[in-house]
Amino acid sequence: MQFPILSVIVFIPILSGLLILLMPGHRKDEIRVTALAASLIALGLSAWAYFAYDIQMGGYQFVEKYDWLPTLGISYSVGIDGINAPLVLLTGIVMFTGVLISWGIDDRPREFFAFLFILATGVFGVFVAQDLFMLFFFYEIAVFPMFLLIAIWGWKQTREYAAMKLTLYLFIGSVFSLVGALAMYFSSGLNTFDMQLLATANFSTNFQIFWFPFVFFGFAVLGGIFPFHNWSPDGHVAAPTAVSMFHAGVLMKLGAFAALRVGIMLLPEGAIYWRWLILGLATVNVVYGAFIALVQTDFKYVIGFSSVSHMGLVMLGFATLTREGLLGAGVQMFSHGVMTALFFAVVGMVYDRAHTRNIPELGGFSTRMPWVAIAFIVGGLVSMGMPGFSGFVAEFPIFMGVWRVMPIVAIIAAVSIVITAGYIIRITGQVFYGKVPEPLEHHNIGDVTVLDKVALGMLSAILIAIGVYPALMVPLVSSGVNLVLSLLGGA
Amino acid sequence: MIEFNFTLDMFIAILPEIGLLVLAAIVLIMDVILPRERRRVMGWIVAGGLFGIIIVSIFAGRPGMEAQLLWGGMVRFDWLAFIFKMIFLFGAAVTALFAMDVDNLGNRGEFYLLLLVATMGMGLMAAAGDLILLYLAIETTSIPLYVLAGFMTKEKKSTESGFKYLFFGALTSAIMLYGFSLLYGFAGTTSIYDLAAIVQQGDVGLVPLFGVLLLVLVGFGFKISAVPFHFWAPDVYEGAPTPVTGFLSTASKAAGFAVLMRVLLVVFPESLPSWTSVVAILSVASMTLGNSLALAQRNMKRLLAYSSIAHAGYALIGVVAFSPLGMAAVVYYLGAYLLTNLAAFGVVVAFWRVTGSDEIADYAGLSRRAPGLSLALMVAFLSLAGMPPLGGFIGKVLVFAAAVDADLIWLALVGIINSIVGLYYYLTVLKVVYLFRSEDEEKPLPISRSYTVALVILTLGIVLTGTLIAPFFAWGTTAAAALF
Repeated sequence: MQFPILSVIVFIPILSGLLILLMPGHRKDEIRVTALAASLIALGLSAWAYFAYDIQMGGYQFVEKYDWLPTLGISYSVGIDGINAPLVLLTGIVMFTGVLISWGIDDRPREFFAFLFILATGVFGVFVAQDLFMLFFFYEIAVFPMFLLIAIWGWKQTREYAAMKLTLYLFIGSVFSLVGALAMYFSSGLNTFDMQLLATANFSTNFQIFWFPFVFFGFAVLGGIFPFHNWSPDGHVAAPTAVSMFHAGVLMKLGAFAALRVGIMLLPEGAIYWRWLILGLATVNVVYGAFIALVQTDFKYVIGFSSVSHMGLVMLGFATLTREGLLGAGVQMFSHGVMTALFFAVVGMVYDRAHTRNIPELGGFSTRMPWVAIAFIVGGLVSMGMPGFSGFVAEFPIFMGVWRVMPIVAIIAAVSIVITAGYIIRITGQVFYGKVPEPLEHHNIGDVTVLDKVALGMLSAILIAIGVYPALMVPLVSSGVNLVLSLLGGA
Repeated sequence: MIEFNFTLDMFIAILPEIGLLVLAAIVLIMDVILPRERRRVMGWIVAGGLFGIIIVSIFAGRPGMEAQLLWGGMVRFDWLAFIFKMIFLFGAAVTALFAMDVDNLGNRGEFYLLLLVATMGMGLMAAAGDLILLYLAIETTSIPLYVLAGFMTKEKKSTESGFKYLFFGALTSAIMLYGFSLLYGFAGTTSIYDLAAIVQQGDVGLVPLFGVLLLVLVGFGFKISAVPFHFWAPDVYEGAPTPVTGFLSTASKAAGFAVLMRVLLVVFPESLPSWTSVVAILSVASMTLGNSLALAQRNMKRLLAYSSIAHAGYALIGVVAFSPLGMAAVVYYLGAYLLTNLAAFGVVVAFWRVTGSDEIADYAGLSRRAPGLSLALMVAFLSLAGMPPLGGFIGKVLVFAAAVDADLIWLALVGIINSIVGLYYYLTVLKVVYLFRSEDEEKPLPISRSYTVALVILTLGIVLTGTLIAPFFAWGTTAAAALF
């Protein structure tokens, strides 16, 4: 038997989380080291799975399947393909850097890391799940710890409100998808929750058209699709830094990924029928999100709304149902995950030192913490879709795909690039350059720690690496897209 | 004169009841022998004895695949009865552990005696094959529970609770008895299974039969505290000693479901298909009212009372679906719910014993005071809310699945909207526990060993029912198979 690498990736976080819960709460350093070790293992294994995936062979690899509840056709079944392999890697990266950046958390770090790791298990589980029931199981596991993480360690002013809003939004979305999933299960008559088999069930067109919105939009809530995006900026802002990173970097991909995996891949005719709606809503996401980001004065809200805008690009890519669009969306999920994790890390570092996120009150930070300034600029260039950075590799194919389907949408959506450039440049100028404002002079703002620098350096390096050498990711995602296209009727 | 031959099967069928009687006798003797200050030890003995009965029954008292009617048609020996009996025994054992350190409860032999007798009644309820035994069993369960609810005679609320329970219980059981007598009048037999055959021949008019259905549902609805027979629940739950409340809201409710499933499914289905609509109305009303009233509660026990009304509604979804999957889902749901709600009440007792308060606001800062206890509370509440990897999630998924399977998508959607409301108030409590600070944070919150043991068992049980699934679901399907 081969080494069950995916299962180990899925269960390492939760097991180490439980281990951490058993440690005495006052031994904070031991807890942190355990957390770091666990996340390093998870990162290493996910990187291994990513690079060991055989692109020539394609399909699902590292497959493991065990019966869970055979009477109802539920199994524990995992595997990766070109679409989810990058997302597993992304989760590993964000988990590792998230631990590095949360080193300074002093209020109950034991519970913090335990909850964060339970969340991580949920995320890994969803990404690798091949069974619909299992996907839901892990999806819900990923939703709940968010509540506590935001409510306990979040920003005091809005945390209760934001945590409750986020949890309820996501729960509502997921239970609607659940009903759709149950309908698929019963109407297929196959007595299985295995998604590869369900994909062959040939649901009737009417069935697909009726249930697609339940499933797709239920998940897309977590992907931040307009008009259900409202929880996301509030949640991002209220969450502590590592949780924002996880949240915007990984969780929103969870929604988008599940919408693709369950919605589009299992109900392709429904997807074709509703694609115009998704296209329209996603365009609103892209443009509206960018505009709102432009007028925010709170640093973290700017990034929060930029996430809404960029996730809109992912949805836009899905809605094209073309090779280019899906490829771009696949890369964008990874690229945006790393980029936004980087952004939130930067915001957290600035806030920790300045104790304000109000942009007009900030300034001159490049002199105090050059690493952070450079990292932010790298993220900003990715965000604008500059060639040489991963954002370009992702966004260019998306716009190509959209152009093929509906050029006018491509033109409208492209406006967002200009707006994005606007807010990125504005922040760079106001926060990192110029003069340090008078009140902050006395704050004695120092540079970030070595651990922070490692995290920032790693995230930036990945963004640049994908940008200058797209072959690291594009062929892989492309092989995954083949499968989606074959389900869509080989378009 | 009827020839009466005793066979071994007859005794195996009532093995748990025999065990309970023996245990009750032991309790009576010990109550006399032990000095007052050492009587709490009876809690360990009763709990251990009950677990012993469970183990013995599982090895020696299992029914065969063919259901049997024994004791002159009084007792039905099948998997449905057996599995429910195990659930009751477990619930009683945990209740004994929760009660033993409560003053004026755990050191009194009467408490354990009444608990055991009520449990025996529940076992007979689940196994009753005849209306007469059914009625007797319901009363055998109810009367000790009335006393238990009013056990704290020095406290006004407890007395009030006992009386309220008694009045409501007597009223509804009289109505139900009237329904039984009508059934006998129409069919000329009291045996549930003979009744079913006669009703199915169509000799009984549909209108009178529908009337009987409503009358009988009054009694069952009271037992499971479904709306509109729920009025007693919040007051009784609040006033009764908390371990008793836990028992009332879990084992007693499960017993009500066992009877409801057997009678409704055996007697009514063929001739009166509209019974599912009546139950669907009860289900929707229970979920909606229970959840919306729970939103406004400030007292933990009242919150759990309304939540337990809502949970009766969720479980009824499975009954409405009227399929093997639906019934298996109900059994699973009740099992998981029993573990979960007992854990919740266990935390409430442990907290009340030290602080003397049941107000939600007083739970502030609990996570700093007693991290383990908070964790147990969180697991229990998340399971109630239906979050994986906990038992409540699987239970909910199964009942919703049964509803979707039976083309009752609207009912599944009502259930889902309700579970969102539920999530909100469960999270509100968790917020108080984990987020709010209080001045009492530094005060220790000692938890005696019996709570630790019981809560660890329950928490593990909740997680196991939420992750292992298959073995528990197999019990559910075997129990359900006894009904079809």
